[in-house]
Order: sequence, then C-alpha cells, then structure tokens
Amino acid sequence: MNNYETVIGLEVHAQLLTGTKMFCGCRAAFGAAPNTQTCPVCQGMPGSLPVINRRAIEFGIMTALAIGCRVNALNRFARKHYYYPDMPKNYQISQYEEPLAEHGHVAIEAGGPPREIGVQRVHLEEDVGRLLHEGALETAQSSSVDFNRAGVPLMEIVSKPDLRSPEEAAAYLKALRAILVYLRVCDGNMEEGSLRCDANISLRPRGQTEYGTKVEIKNMNSFRNVRDALEYEIHRQTRALETGERIVQETRLWDPDRAVTVSMRSKEFAHDYRYFPEPDLPPLDVQSAWVDEVRARLPELPVARRARFQGAYGLSAYEADILTQGRGLADYFEAAARDSDKPKIVANWVLNELLRELPADDDRAVAASPIPPGNLVGLLRLMDDGTISGKIAKDVFEKMYQSGETAQAIVSREGLTQVADEGALSAAVDLVLAEHAKVVEDYKAGKKAALGFLVGQVMKATQGKASPGVVNRLLGEKLPKV
Amino acid sequence: MLTALTAHELGARYRSGEATPTQAVTEYLARIDALDPQVRAFLTVTRDEALRRAADADARFRAGTPRGPLDGVPIALKDVLCTRGIRSTCGSKILERFVPPYDATVVARLYVAGALLLGKLNMDEFAMGSSTEHSAFFPTRNPWDLARVPGGSSGGAAAAVAADMAAITLGTDTGGSIRQPAAFSGVLGMKPTYGRVSRYGLIAFASSLDQIGPFAKDVEDAALMLQAIAGVDPMDSTSVGVPVPDYRAGLGEGIEGLTLGVPAEYFIDGMDPEVEEAIRAAIGALEKLGAHTEPVSLPHTEYGLAAYYVIAPAEASSNLARYDGVKYGLRAPGARDLIAMYSKTRAAGFGAEVKRRVMLGTYALSAGYYDAYYGQAQKVRTLVRRDFDQAFERVDLIVAPTTPGVAFKMGEKEDPLQMYLNDVLTIPVNLAGLPGVSIPGGFTQMGLPIGLQLIGRAFDEAKLLRAAHAYQQVTTWHKRKPTMETNPVGRAPR
Repeated sequence: MNNYETVIGLEVHAQLLTGTKMFCGCRAAFGAAPNTQTCPVCQGMPGSLPVINRRAIEFGIMTALAIGCRVNALNRFARKHYYYPDMPKNYQISQYEEPLAEHGHVAIEAGGPPREIGVQRVHLEEDVGRLLHEGALETAQSSSVDFNRAGVPLMEIVSKPDLRSPEEAAAYLKALRAILVYLRVCDGNMEEGSLRCDANISLRPRGQTEYGTKVEIKNMNSFRNVRDALEYEIHRQTRALETGERIVQETRLWDPDRAVTVSMRSKEFAHDYRYFPEPDLPPLDVQSAWVDEVRARLPELPVARRARFQGAYGLSAYEADILTQGRGLADYFEAAARDSDKPKIVANWVLNELLRELPADDDRAVAASPIPPGNLVGLLRLMDDGTISGKIAKDVFEKMYQSGETAQAIVSREGLTQVADEGALSAAVDLVLAEHAKVVEDYKAGKKAALGFLVGQVMKATQGKASPGVVNRLLGEKLPKV
Repeated sequence: MLTALTAHELGARYRSGEATPTQAVTEYLARIDALDPQVRAFLTVTRDEALRRAADADARFRAGTPRGPLDGVPIALKDVLCTRGIRSTCGSKILERFVPPYDATVVARLYVAGALLLGKLNMDEFAMGSSTEHSAFFPTRNPWDLARVPGGSSGGAAAAVAADMAAITLGTDTGGSIRQPAAFSGVLGMKPTYGRVSRYGLIAFASSLDQIGPFAKDVEDAALMLQAIAGVDPMDSTSVGVPVPDYRAGLGEGIEGLTLGVPAEYFIDGMDPEVEEAIRAAIGALEKLGAHTEPVSLPHTEYGLAAYYVIAPAEASSNLARYDGVKYGLRAPGARDLIAMYSKTRAAGFGAEVKRRVMLGTYALSAGYYDAYYGQAQKVRTLVRRDFDQAFERVDLIVAPTTPGVAFKMGEKEDPLQMYLNDVLTIPVNLAGLPGVSIPGGFTQMGLPIGLQLIGRAFDEAKLLRAAHAYQQVTTWHKRKPTMETNPVGRAPR
C-alpha cells in the first residue's frame, strides 16, 4: 500500500451549444472553412466591443442549478492577459473575482460508496482561435490562424480538490459530462474538443492535512487519457517523493503516444495574467426572477430519472442506468413506454435491438431514429396479439430500421402473419415427422433435445411463420403416435 | 466664404438655394489645400468621397428632401474613429496602413444624417498626449500661432475647426483630449456623459474613460452634432438608454435662476493670471445673465491626476495588447520566432509616449502591485465622483477654467510630467463620467484663446449647452478667427 494520498481537482471547459458566439453574433458551429465565421469583434479589431450572449448566461445558470451551485446576483467579466497568436486581443474575456456561480457538487460512484465532489465555481469565457502549422510546430515555415473558434462560449467548471484517484476523476468527468449533455448545453465531444479537461494533482503523506505541491496537467482529450495521465503522474510524483526530490509546481502536457507527461515550462507560459474588470462590459445583474425562470424549465436530471424509471416502470437498476445515459434515449423510452402497457418489454427492445443500431448517448441519432417510439410500440403490439412471432418481430424490426416503414406495412406486404391454422400446421408437422424418422426414434429413446430440432424443421417449412405454441402442442400430440 | 459659416448657417443657405453642398465641399477642399500644409490637421483627405457624397446631397436639396440639419455639412473625424474603406491610423505607425472593414457607430450615424466626410484628423498617438506632438506622423500647429501646439490629443480636430477647414469635427476625450485642445484653439469642444455616445469603432485608449464628442464653431452646431450621434447602441454595452432630448430646442431658455458652482480647487497655484482673470470675468457675465453662483468644494481634485495616470495606462496596456503583428497593421520584418515578432513589431510600431504608458499600466496591473496601484486608483475615482455628486446636490452646473494656461510652444514641454499637468482640470470629469464643455472665454494679450469649462450632471448635456449658448449670446469670443491668410502658404514658420 502506497504511503501517499492522491489529491486531484479538475478544471473542465465545455463549449456551449449556443447558436452564436459569446460576445458577437457570429455563428459558433464547428467545422466551417477557416475564418468564415468571424467579424470585427471576434477578430479583436481596433474599436470593436463585446456584447454578452444572454443564452450563454442561461446555459451557465442551468448548469449551475443542476449541480447545486449558488448563482451570484452580480456577475462581472474580467480580462485575462497573455500573448498568443490564437487569441485576437491578447486577452481573454473571462470571469475572475465574481464568477457566474459557486459552491456546487456532483455525485459520483467509482467502485466504492457514492461520494459528493465539490464544485468551486462555474464561470463563462470566450474560446480562442486555432493555429494551423505547416508541418510540426517547431519546424513550421509558416503558421495560420483560424478565428472561427475565437469567441465561442466556454463554460469552465472547477472542482474542489476532492478527488482521490484517477478512477474518481474519470467518474466525476463522466457524471459532469452526462449532466451537460442532458441539459443540452454542451455536446460533450472530447475528441473534437468541445469538452476539455485539465487536472491539478498533488500527493501528500497519508494523514497529512496540508496539500502537497500541485502539478497541472493539460492535453487529455479522452476519459482514458485522463485516467492514464493521472496514473502516470502518481507514479512520477511518488518516485520523486520517495527519492527525496522536490515536486516543482508547473504545467505538464500529457503525451498519449509516449504515455508520459512532459514539462512545458517556457518563457511563453510564465504568466502573470494581470486580471482586471472588463471595462467594456458593465456588471451583469442576474436577477433571481431570471434564475427562477430557468430553474422552472430545467429538465429532470439523470440521477432522478434513473430512480423514477425503476419505480414507475419496474426496471432494474442496470436497465434504468443505460436508458438514462442520454436524454434523447430516455425520452424515447418514456414515449414508447407510456404508449404501451408493457414497459419492461419496451425496455428490452430498446436495450437489445435499438441500441444495437444507435449509441445510447447520441441524442441526435436517437431523435433521427428510423423507428420512432410509436412504430416500436406498433411492432410490439403485433407480437403481443399473436399476429407475428418473436422471431419474425426481430426481422421486422431490422426491416423497419432500414426502410422507416411501420411494422404493419411490412408484415402485411410480406405476408409475415403467424400461421396458427391447425389444419395447415398439422400437415406440415406430419411431413416433418415422416422425413425425420431417425430423429423421432432418438426422441422416443429419450433424447429430448430432438424435439427442438423438429420444431425448427416445422418453422423452416413455414418460413418461420408458424406459431411456436401450436407447433409444440401438435408435436406433443403426434409424436407418441408415430 | 462658405467655410466661415457655422453648420446651421450653411444648412440655411442650402435650403434657400443660395449654396449647394458641392460648393461648400469644394471651398473646404480648396482651403485645406491652401492652409493645411501649415496647420497639418489632416492625416488623410477624402476628396473623392466628399465630392461624391456632396453630389448626392445636392440632389436631395434640389428635390426638397434633405435628411436633416447635418445634410451636406462638411465634417472631419479624429483618426481614432474607424471608417470603412478609409485608413484609420490612430496617429500610430502600427496602424499606418490599417483600413477598417466597418464604420464606427457615430460615423454610420453621420452618414445617415447626410454629413460629408472631408478626411481624418491628426492626433497624439493612440490619443495619448496633450499637444498632438506625439503623432507618429507630424505635429499639428495651432492656427492662432503656428509656433504653438493646438492642444491634444484631438489637436487636428480642434485646429481644423479653428482654421475653418471643416464645419464640425469629432474628437475623443479620455482625460481632456477634446476640451483642452478646444481651449487652446479657441473653439467649442464637448465631452458628453460616459455612455451618451456609442464607443463602437472608437479605437480604445482607456475604455472606462473614452468618450466621443464634437468640436464646433458655436453651441448650436454642437447641439446638432450631439443630436446626431447620441443614444444607446446595441453594439456598445456601456452606452446608456437614457432618452435623448432635443438639444437645440432648449438652447434659448436662458440661465436665469440656475445655480453655478465655482470650485476653489480649480483655481490652482501657478495658473496663468490672464486665464484666471478671463474666467472670473466670464463668471461675472454668467451672473449678469441671471445665474446665481456659489463656491463649491471638490476636495479630491488634486488626486485625480495620479489616479488617472494609473487607470488610463492600465486599460491602455490591455487595449493595446492586440497590436502584435499577427492580424492587421504593422508587422516588423526579420523576426525568427514569435516573441521576436511581437517585440520587434511593438518596438517599431509604438512611439515613446505609448510605450511609457503601456509599461506604466502593465506595472500597475501586475501581481503584487494591483491593490496598491489599480485598486487604490479606483478608490480615488470613487471619491472624485462623490465630490461631484455632493456639489451637484446644491448646484446645476460647475464653471471653471478648462486649463491652467494657454497653448504652449511646440517642444516646450518635453518632461512628460509637465505635459500631464495640462489635464489637471479636465481629468476629474472623465473619472466621474460627467459631461463637460469648453467654450472660448477670452483671449490673452498675445491673442491666445482661453477656455471656459462648464461641467454638468450625468446626462444633463442640455443644460450645459443652454448655459454655453446663453454665454455666447452676450460674448463674441467664439466669433474671432485666426488670421491664417497672412502666413505664406506651404511654409510653416519656425
């Protein structure tokens, strides 16, 4: 057992899904041709002035309420100064002393009992542009700047140093991401950088109350990176401490290819940010009526919804957990479950069939599903009233997914109605029994598994349309007489 | 000569058919050609643009559909204001070739009003200075004495009106940069309340202090100009939605019964006795018009200058960070890496005064010094504001000199501190965000103009203009003109 306790705090940056940028009317969408979504304001032209995007503030309030923060009535923006070519004004409009919200918490489960991780603050700021180097950074002959991303609203959520392991850090990030995605304030895409995470990590001898010297780690663009980088850093710092080395307070970059963190101390990053209140933006008065209005429109959050799904629909914890991973999926399930009197069966079909086709947390894909909830219920009804068999239903599901048609349309066009006519089936059963005399003998000799084979043969002879119940009963009646 | 007329007189001639905007623009351009080689008020003359717009204005008057009182009026703008398609240098090498892709809100409003842009006016680099000697291109000279400065930083805007090279001009005032050059150049210069006029497109020096305002030949012209540019702007969050009154309508109401405060702190030791005498006389004239005067105290005045020289440079150090050679403006050649590109560009692009203030401001905002400098200066700012609040509980307006002295000789104030002292009586108004106007209030025996400053409550520009107008009804200082023609064209005296 390690002699040191790990202390981790995360700074999460979430790009907000507002249509326009934080301080101007330019579109904030990802992926446009370079510098096509810019204006004098987000290019930092002389004389341009910022104007606050009200929707971004609203997204911030939603998030703050969802994680139990106190929303500050007086909000102020501040300028954070450092020189870098991707930052048009060489200062970033951010928040410093008077952030949007403070003192919240996020519930996590990481193997052990559930824990509440404190959130220090939530604040809003503008994103920077993107540098495009011709070749590698160190040797590039030229570099270009794309300001499309400059000014896109960013929300920074800073946790307290409450996390004690890489697993907890990952669990916190996951829980936070689920909330952001659920609120539809961020798409949560770490690879594209719409969700970014920096970590502060320090070690201290077990039992000690003061924190050790912290190191900041950047460039972790997946959950796996976060875990790996923190694991690596724990080993690095442990080794250092055990050999009597001093930990240097610094920023280190995670290099996923070499699986190490690398110090990025350099003149460019030795910052005194010289924060001061943004004189171009008067303090923002977030009135409590506004906060109440946002609170009233807040959707049910994953934790509450999971519990309700278990109680109201009789689902297992596991089922409820998966069905609430995305707000779109939960909405889908709930729409179908309300329409049907067998929510448990709806859940099975969503979990086993629909999620084979769609990712659980992709709201857009779920919303665009070729099988809307009503059509799924229609399919389950055909199965329930015996019109089609379970096996046929699965085929019909796939056809529905391919074509977008209703189950009824496919079943009647393709003549998939279950054959329950005893007369027709009786002939088929007789034929199978005659053709498979050897199997019949095996059965009579006590090999009960042979029955399944015979049922299968009947199903095959009827192209799967036979009612399995009737086939079983007929075989049961006829076999002793052969 | 149409150039000698005020804008409202010119408008009357257009409406009566005695003159056309094209005639006026042609005369103004000819006068700029004749006089500006001496005065050097213009950085850019937009000849074709002015004539093209004048032709459109001619047509409107012919059709009997002029847009309003500024239609066809030839104006010029301090080069701190962004003009679409017309270079806007801010008096700096770093923006020497910067052509904005957009108009400042005030410029857009003036175009809509039908005003004709003659050109862009010289200024101290980034509006930092009180003499226009800190222009990166050349100094502007005072039309009353070409060996003297016109004041600054809006020296070009003041000199252009004084020399009849534009009917009205716009300048900006951060610590006195409209009122002080107006006083030195013998014209009216007005700084509106902070938030009264949109700053969108004004190249920022100190964002919490900068405000755009007019230079004019008389109060009525100033009222017309303020009317055109005032009002809330969705592009400037610090602009304020207080309704804009009809400034010209109230001008004739007089000042009988108004109480004017006379602050003892504005008659400082070492001020020019001729200035003091003129201002005392002006106060007498205002009393004769029926105003009651009483002493008021603005006890924190003496700390205003120090607070200003922390706050303004701090904001400037931030506002000027964007000039880095990456996106627009100058990029110095020969840099081998990013840091070198920044430092070479800024070393070559900024003049000494700008560098001095950027360093001052950077220092004031630095970790460990912030509270002692920036924090403390903000407290002083609050005290200065409170001084005015208390005074305005008892008085309607404050009357004082604009500057302790008159226009000084070029090169006379090489010590930056000596230069900074010029603004000691104008800075408190900026710190408090109040409106102030300087109008001609007399002349020295040598024939140099003296400025009378009136200060009002926030958003009470109407009363300021009313008092200034009343004064101009009983005085003729504002009608005096410098005798420019006596100087040989094209040669500046030493």
